[in-house]
Amino acid sequence: MSGVRVLAGTRKGAFILTSDGARNRWEVNGPYFGGWEMYHIKGSPADPNRIYASQSSGWFGQTMQRSDDAGKTWVPVGNKFVYDGVPGTHQWYDGTPHPWEFKRVWHLEPSLTDPDLVYAGVEDAAIFKSTDGGMTWAEMPGLRGHGSGPRWQPGAGGLCLHTILLDPKDAQRMFIAISAAGAFRTDDGGETWKAINQGLRSQYIPDPNAEVGHCVHRIAMHRSRPNTLFMQKHWDVMRTDNAGDQWTEVSGNLPTDFGFVIDVHAHEPETIYVVPIKSDSEHYPMDGALRVYRSRTGGNEWEPLTKGLPQENCFVNVLRDSMSVDQLDPCGIYFGTTGGQVYASSDGGDSWTAIVHDLPPVLSVEVQTLS
Amino acid sequence: MIRVVLPPHLKVLAHVQDEVVLDVEDPPTIGSILDAVEDHYPMLAGTIRDHVTHKRRPFVRFFACEEDLSHVSSDTVVPAAVIAGKEPFLIVGALAGG
Repeated sequence: MSGVRVLAGTRKGAFILTSDGARNRWEVNGPYFGGWEMYHIKGSPADPNRIYASQSSGWFGQTMQRSDDAGKTWVPVGNKFVYDGVPGTHQWYDGTPHPWEFKRVWHLEPSLTDPDLVYAGVEDAAIFKSTDGGMTWAEMPGLRGHGSGPRWQPGAGGLCLHTILLDPKDAQRMFIAISAAGAFRTDDGGETWKAINQGLRSQYIPDPNAEVGHCVHRIAMHRSRPNTLFMQKHWDVMRTDNAGDQWTEVSGNLPTDFGFVIDVHAHEPETIYVVPIKSDSEHYPMDGALRVYRSRTGGNEWEPLTKGLPQENCFVNVLRDSMSVDQLDPCGIYFGTTGGQVYASSDGGDSWTAIVHDLPPVLSVEVQTLS
Repeated sequence: MIRVVLPPHLKVLAHVQDEVVLDVEDPPTIGSILDAVEDHYPMLAGTIRDHVTHKRRPFVRFFACEEDLSHVSSDTVVPAAVIAGKEPFLIVGALAGG
């Protein structure tokens, strides 16, 4: 019997929601690590019982947790994230040089094939790698060594590396995104990186077409087409069909193209989902109506999905790591809100149900499809 | 033996219920007590002070015998009552309002 496990990270702990393949009834367990900010929790594709979690606190900093039994028990693993060599500086909000300082782990990306290999995207932006199940971490310094590092500047949420995508067809290739530096790609396993921001346009920076400085909020990929990426930028929804060498805007008829999340249907590589947010100063849906927008054409033509979602007096946000899909058929789509709801659709987005209502603000949602 | 009280979040992380009692080399200083805490509970490394610089995390405070020891050198020997085991060394998460 197939099933689904939803891993929700919140401002005050982690929650694990499970259901069978019908996805009608949900069991909610948690909070795990009550009182701690859980920025991201993600399971290993190679071993679904292996789950990594980023646990942090303004008081006590970063800690890391690992479960080897599907979240029933957890053990603290390594939390020592030290930049390679002399860290140097990036730009501060006022444009002055600011030393690189580790703050937290935003995103964890376990290897597609090795349960002990996991990548961590951190603030201040860098990528770390563990080959021993999270016990020790080493920076992959080629990224910050990209010549543009001193020009990277934090977005409002900090200089965070929030997206890591592994190419399922090429183990040497991965993509990352940093707010507000942009997107980067490595073709040699992380030794060297290339800025892949051609075609992005950000009117709020001095050179709107600059190589770096773009506030990328999230990138998504369908595993069958790793050269096609979809991006929710600060403003604009974008796509590339050549692994980031050139981007084109596909915002089309969206009511606003500001937002944070973006994801791709598990079985339809041209079906994508976003949650438009009113603006960068008003982080809630337009008109108080929570709407997922779906494009079945890889962008440009979008339809609102509203069935089961609140259509009045709704002023939540949906943060960048808070949308995920399962691999069942029909595909399930999930997203969490800053109001503490986790919504699920078991029919590709046609209808939605809040599978839990009143969690702390949701920071991340990941889904494991269980066989 | 030195008695150390951890803040609630770190008790959970270290899987301890009450105060912990640690053998600390004479004379016990703030730094050597923290060394002993991290030796016995490695998952607490980095949560009280920086891994590398050993600088106290900004929102962590140290108290003993009604004294705030947060801003003194880590080489400072703790009060006699702490050494005698009559009083605990307190590691506290600073109050944050709002």
